[in-house]
Amino acid sequence: MLHQLEGSQAIARSVALCRPNVVSAYPISPQTHILEGLEGLVRSGKLESCEYMNVESEIGAISVALGAESAGARSYTATSSQGLLHMMEVVYNVSGLELPLVMTLGNRAVGAPINIWNDHSDAMAARDAGWLMFFAETNQEAVDLHILAFRIAEETQCPVIVNVDGFILTHAYEQVDLPSQDQVDEFLPPYKPNTSLTVDNPMAIGAMVPPEYFMEVKHLAHRKQEQALEAIENLGNDFYNKFGRNSGGLVHGYAIQEAETVVVTMGSVAGTIKDVVDELNREGMKFGELSICCYRPFPVSAIVSALKNARKVIVVEKSLAIGLGGILSREIELALNGLDVQMVSVVAGLGGRNITKAMLKECFLKKSSGEVTFLGLDEKLVNSNIGSGL
Amino acid sequence: MSNYTIGGGFSGENATVQSAHDRPNTITSGHKACQGCGEALGARCVLDAAYRLTGGKIVVVTATGCLEVFSSVYPENSWNVPWIHSLFGNAPAVASGVAAAFRRLGKEDVRVIAQGGDGAIADISMGCLSGMFERNDDVLCVCYDNQAYMNTGVQRSGVTPSFARTATTLPNGVYFGNEERTGKNVPKIAMAHGIPYVAMGSVGNIRDLEQKVVRAMGIRGARYIHVHVPCPLGWGYPTSETIRVARLAIRCGLFPLFEAENGKVVGSTPIEDQVPVEDYLRTQRRFAHLFGKNAPVNALESLQNMANENIDEYRLVGGLAHE
Ligand SMILES: Cc1ncc(C[n+]2csc(CCOP(=O)(O)OP(=O)(O)O)c2C)c(N)n1
Ligand code: SF4
Ligand SMILES: [Mg+2]
Repeated sequence: MLHQLEGSQAIARSVALCRPNVVSAYPISPQTHILEGLEGLVRSGKLESCEYMNVESEIGAISVALGAESAGARSYTATSSQGLLHMMEVVYNVSGLELPLVMTLGNRAVGAPINIWNDHSDAMAARDAGWLMFFAETNQEAVDLHILAFRIAEETQCPVIVNVDGFILTHAYEQVDLPSQDQVDEFLPPYKPNTSLTVDNPMAIGAMVPPEYFMEVKHLAHRKQEQALEAIENLGNDFYNKFGRNSGGLVHGYAIQEAETVVVTMGSVAGTIKDVVDELNREGMKFGELSICCYRPFPVSAIVSALKNARKVIVVEKSLAIGLGGILSREIELALNGLDVQMVSVVAGLGGRNITKAMLKECFLKKSSGEVTFLGLDEKLVNSNIGSGL
Repeated sequence: MSNYTIGGGFSGENATVQSAHDRPNTITSGHKACQGCGEALGARCVLDAAYRLTGGKIVVVTATGCLEVFSSVYPENSWNVPWIHSLFGNAPAVASGVAAAFRRLGKEDVRVIAQGGDGAIADISMGCLSGMFERNDDVLCVCYDNQAYMNTGVQRSGVTPSFARTATTLPNGVYFGNEERTGKNVPKIAMAHGIPYVAMGSVGNIRDLEQKVVRAMGIRGARYIHVHVPCPLGWGYPTSETIRVARLAIRCGLFPLFEAENGKVVGSTPIEDQVPVEDYLRTQRRFAHLFGKNAPVNALESLQNMANENIDEYRLVGGLAHE
């Protein structure tokens, strides 16, 4: 059914449709409205059989969720930025213990300097933590990805982070289609944990693993993520068949067949980029767009097959590896290793800096110098600081 | 009445769980703890008593530290109960999550115990612990207090006693071990949350400890037991002396055994034959610098004052035991 909802409320309602037993989260902008929404649904009795835990910190929030998941309860948490970093030790622990927890990350910059606005720095801090990671392009996709996330997590026994651009999506009022409870129940069966803490079959979870076995454990985690690629693709198809929407899956291409230049990105900025692509194509050029929906596992084959005909690939990302440059652009470059394509790396929108169509258009048409482009950078300010002895 | 026998001698209600031929054996032998480890003994007593009382319906969340490392190195495992280790700093929160799950899954008959060392519970988990207390989650948290970070090589914790030598409070002629009157009193912090049950126990008095576990398990909500567990390696005494050292700590008054309900002390275990703190301190190398030529002037007096304050506060000598 169609609703006019704030992104966070839509996500809260979608999570509620997945019938979690334990929800535990700690307020931080821009994620806060999601937890308020869920608390409200629990308190009003609309979300039954669910415990909403008010905790004292993010490490508490995710640890409660970890404990609940290990006891066999479908569990959920959400955070942003500093909150994720505050959780980080437990983030690695959840995946190491193979607990299929689902977490929403309302993407926000990481300080210092403190900044509450959107970029993907927080997500990038978790990219090697063993979680599956998805990026939503629209609020509708955010709704859909949460339903998919629980199914994927429980089927693959891997935790999932659903990335949703802070403010741009979390605080935007848009029309979204919320599936019915019956539809979701049909798609997402009740949680049956593989291993859990039970007195009928006592087991020790979380042993110390010495060097003789540790490498194998990590190798298996890597293999499991690789195998998850197929499950993610199949479940994306299932989702399409059941709900009629092309949410989820690995990558989404736009005008990609004929394209000579393809712009690769993640998250909500894809919408703006597609508008620019349309404009350029109307002017007779051959541009396309590729959104990475599933960022972990990194879908190398899907990316290669989407980009194999491109002559130029422009990666626009909201993250920066300080001392290296782009993160996604390096990963795409590695994936395309051996193909004859020109790579352009664009870092954009850090700390909520506006990304406009005009800026993108100019950038896409510029001849690349081979250096990383910082979109909309105030060169004068930067140079005056370098001049002053930085 | 206190009972200093571990092996038996009393029957019926007065017998210890440990003296029973069919004790539950929640931690099996063969683990890697040092000989004479007070923490291994403490955990066995606590969990066996809880297991016996609940008919085996317990789940145990253990923090990183000696207890976890000596009991669960893959492919071996000493635990005969459903058990989880997550991290050093989150055991109380993980336990809160397990309890929340059981509440929602209709398994409230299974009880949740969080446990860890003093470093884990008193220091790095303090935030999670306070959260668990203030929400009154149905969790029993047990702190095995060996008064330092043993697993990482005996560094100071927030409950290391005054003047104790640790790897990070080495006496050097200018400093005399741990700073005087620093540190925190976790049972009092727990009591300040008004939780239904708080107790201090010791492996020096097994029957008293078991009774406290039984009382704690008879109550729902957040409960806390702080257990004194001497560590031969960290404290520097022969491995055969753990029980004697633990008893001297009780008898000198430095480790008061008491119980509190809803934030108020309701009873204490009387000292039967009081000794000066010196008798306790002299057993351990961590206090050796308090004696001999270069000893600090007021250390013994200061520690004796602390013991006397405990004796007064909890009426440990000639006072009232349980009403
Ligand atoms: C976040 C984090 N910091 C530090 C450590 C290292 N560490 C492991 S156990 C431990 C001390 C344990 O002390 P305590 O809780 O008193 O237990 P004990 O070993 O004394 O029984 C430390 C500092 C860790 N594992 N995790
Ligand atoms: S160092 Fe101390 S606490 Fe650790 S195993 Fe040895 S005796 Fe037990
Ligand atoms: Mg310790």
